[in-house]
Amino acid sequence: MRPDRRLIMERPVREGYPDVDGYVPEGMERASLHIPKVDEPELLRHYTALSRDNFGTDSGPYPLGSCTMKHNPKYADRLASQPAVGRMHHHMEEEHAQGSLDIMRRMERALGEISGMDSVSLQPSAGAHGEYAAMLIVKAYHASRNEERDEVIVPDSAHGTNPASAAMAGYKLVEIPSGDDGCVDLDALDAALSDRTAALMLTNPNTLGIFERRVKELASMVHGKGALLYYDGANLNAIMGKTSPGAMGFDLVHFNLHKTFATPHGGGGPGSGPIGVRAFLDDFLPVPRIIDEDDRLALDWAMPRSIGKVNGAMGNFAIVLRAYAYILRQGGDGLKGCSERAVLNSNYLKKRLEDHYEVPFADPRKHEFVASARKLKKDKGIRALDVAKRMIDHGIHPPTIYFPALVEEALMIEPTEDETMESLDRIADVMISIAEEDPATVLAAPHSAPVGRVDESKAVKDAVLSYRRMMSLREGSR
Amino acid sequence: MMEHIGIGFEDELFKDVPEEVRCHLPLPRGMSEKDVVAEVGRILAKNRHAGEVPSFLGAGCYDHYVPAAVDHVISRSEFYTSYTPYQPEISQGMLQALFEYQSHISELTGLDAANCSMYDGATALGEAARMCARLNDGNVFLAPRAITREKLSVLRNYLTGTGVELELYGWDDDGGVDLEDLERRVTGDLCGLYAENPNLFGVIDARVPVLRGMTDAPLVMGVNPLALALMRPPGDMGADIVVGDGQCLGSPMNYGGPGLGVFACRQEHVRKMPGRVIGLTEDSHGEQAFCMTLQTREQHIRRGRATSNICTNVALVAVAAAVFLSYHGRDGLVELAKENIDRGRRLMDLISDIDNVQSPVFENYHFNEFLVELPVKPEKMNGILSKRGFQGGLPMSAHVPEMGDCMLLTTTEMHDDTVQDSFVSVLKEVL
Repeated sequence: MRPDRRLIMERPVREGYPDVDGYVPEGMERASLHIPKVDEPELLRHYTALSRDNFGTDSGPYPLGSCTMKHNPKYADRLASQPAVGRMHHHMEEEHAQGSLDIMRRMERALGEISGMDSVSLQPSAGAHGEYAAMLIVKAYHASRNEERDEVIVPDSAHGTNPASAAMAGYKLVEIPSGDDGCVDLDALDAALSDRTAALMLTNPNTLGIFERRVKELASMVHGKGALLYYDGANLNAIMGKTSPGAMGFDLVHFNLHKTFATPHGGGGPGSGPIGVRAFLDDFLPVPRIIDEDDRLALDWAMPRSIGKVNGAMGNFAIVLRAYAYILRQGGDGLKGCSERAVLNSNYLKKRLEDHYEVPFADPRKHEFVASARKLKKDKGIRALDVAKRMIDHGIHPPTIYFPALVEEALMIEPTEDETMESLDRIADVMISIAEEDPATVLAAPHSAPVGRVDESKAVKDAVLSYRRMMSLREGSR
Repeated sequence: MMEHIGIGFEDELFKDVPEEVRCHLPLPRGMSEKDVVAEVGRILAKNRHAGEVPSFLGAGCYDHYVPAAVDHVISRSEFYTSYTPYQPEISQGMLQALFEYQSHISELTGLDAANCSMYDGATALGEAARMCARLNDGNVFLAPRAITREKLSVLRNYLTGTGVELELYGWDDDGGVDLEDLERRVTGDLCGLYAENPNLFGVIDARVPVLRGMTDAPLVMGVNPLALALMRPPGDMGADIVVGDGQCLGSPMNYGGPGLGVFACRQEHVRKMPGRVIGLTEDSHGEQAFCMTLQTREQHIRRGRATSNICTNVALVAVAAAVFLSYHGRDGLVELAKENIDRGRRLMDLISDIDNVQSPVFENYHFNEFLVELPVKPEKMNGILSKRGFQGGLPMSAHVPEMGDCMLLTTTEMHDDTVQDSFVSVLKEVL
């Protein structure tokens, strides 16, 4: 192992413990804590070394399907790193926070326009959190009408968060299969719908990158049964300025600001998952709501039908701010242009790949498409996983693999609008060369990554999640 | 590009979007970068931040100094612009940084397993309650009545669908757990017991270690990770799950978000825990490596039967916490924690000299914050303080109504003597 990858806690801590007498009640004093102090020069070397072993959108192409890995514009970060953002507490008197409240109010309105929804709450912390908040709203809505509805329908191509969020809100799940065209099978939907149905959760375009053309018909079927229609906004980057969840007939929607609106994903988060609803669901949104009071903005907690809180504060303001700056920069035409270029890029890349990889289902695709390594696996023993690992050697982040499950050996590719034609050609050339390569080389990939292929099953078996656990096992084996 | 795929203009690619759902986007035209920065700056200038108007707010979100090294590390674009580390071979940097974060949290809490973050302390508590419901068949989750309305509401929401009832217990004359009240409520039907230490009142409660002996149900402890530098780890006091707000470790307040939800548990329960975890393993050369693990608990594999729906978390905030912890090291953390207690004691002593003010309300050990009882309504007091250039503390009325005459005052190392003195002299003047 390279010495600069040594764990940061593998350094000594001075013997004994600093004096804490008189600071905590007797008997509660701490006596040991293994957190070594690392002086700044060494600290920066440690993390700089780690960062070199990591890959971000600034490092190279990142066509990770369903994740919309756009460039994160730097002006947004500059704006977010000032004390007028950072040194604000959410319990402040409203008069001190008029700037933050104004940004939030403007953002609520912008997201309302983009989605065709009447009201927006910025509170949920991430996309899945928005789904969960929306499911609580669905629940509160039906309860307010004294209706007992305990089922939520999700297509088999849905993101895993959809069924998980519905289950968390206490719903039973009804999964419906996709039809031969990759879209929701309306007959299956009809059979699944009943007076038990609380909502249908849908992504449009779906995770195959296919637009559900019969969405209006679908919406009237759902509404006809008294159920609500929920829009998973993960794929919103495909349709801005062309259509909107509101125009399609959806009642509730979540946004992923870290996807569609270019905020950084930070290796897993923070994100931000605002939700939008039609006017008849307005009363159920989380508190506090931003309202006009005299000449200023205020927070209203007195919303008796509200679901209450879904996080401890006002949502991820520092992310909301970045996304708002991005929306201002793009404007309406710019956002529409983003969707157009994202879809163009996806279709171009698909065209370049389709003689070499199977791409099931018909054209056109939206912002992403799902290729399959099924034939490669059959002919040469090369799986989607192997293609992914070999792409790493070429400095390209692999696509999402093995999702959605209805495509065998799936490679889900979303280039976003930010890739140039040159970069798209590079992705295509690399994937084509892998398909034609000697299988032995591909199966042993990656060859030039900071580490060789990582043994994920050993990690599961051992379940070592901390240095403390690592050391106690080491001592135990001695 | 269009030529290559045989189209004449972009909209041909949208021919599958039927006319009946087409719409326009009525947002204004885009702006130059310079104008965006100016416009957003103009709006934000209406804020009066804690550097301009000293703030005495806390309750889970604190104004601490963030070392420049922390900002620098998390601004490295290799971390900053990466997605969730699905491909471990090109994500070792983030994976190791998160494993180190988990390791630090494990050290602080005295529990072997930690996840790599929940959204914030409130959602971490909600997830902990749900985890208790997975660990046993009890039907009642017990939490303190001294809790913020935000946390209480999130907790209630997270219990939706579990069938578990929420019950609240009181506090004693010294601001700690009311053991008698608790004893009455602890039955065989307990699903989980939650206690905070320090609690909402800022009190470091010497009775919390007793709780383990009261029930076999899972014990959830809420902590302030900075205070843990001084306190016995909750794992040693029998906690099964530890949660808390970790924003105090190297992140700005950001009007409440993003926060950092700390979540740790006993090794035996790792397969029931929510959220992403990073595990130690090896690569094909037998070298130390890291990857996301125990993913069969998670939504992208288990779907409707996942332990939680969480996908995006706050990984980068967790890395900030890891950098912050190493930057200070054990001894620096102890010093910083002591300084925060010293600042609090100084402020509470100064205020106790004012007539008609009880400071602190509870004679006890405190961390960062303490309750004062005022002769005027705290809400009114905050209005007066605003006009005098201060952001007062948190009025208790919306959170713990029976303490409606009290305000929670928070102070950190960011308040020097001058700030505290001028705050106290304004208090003296107006009371």
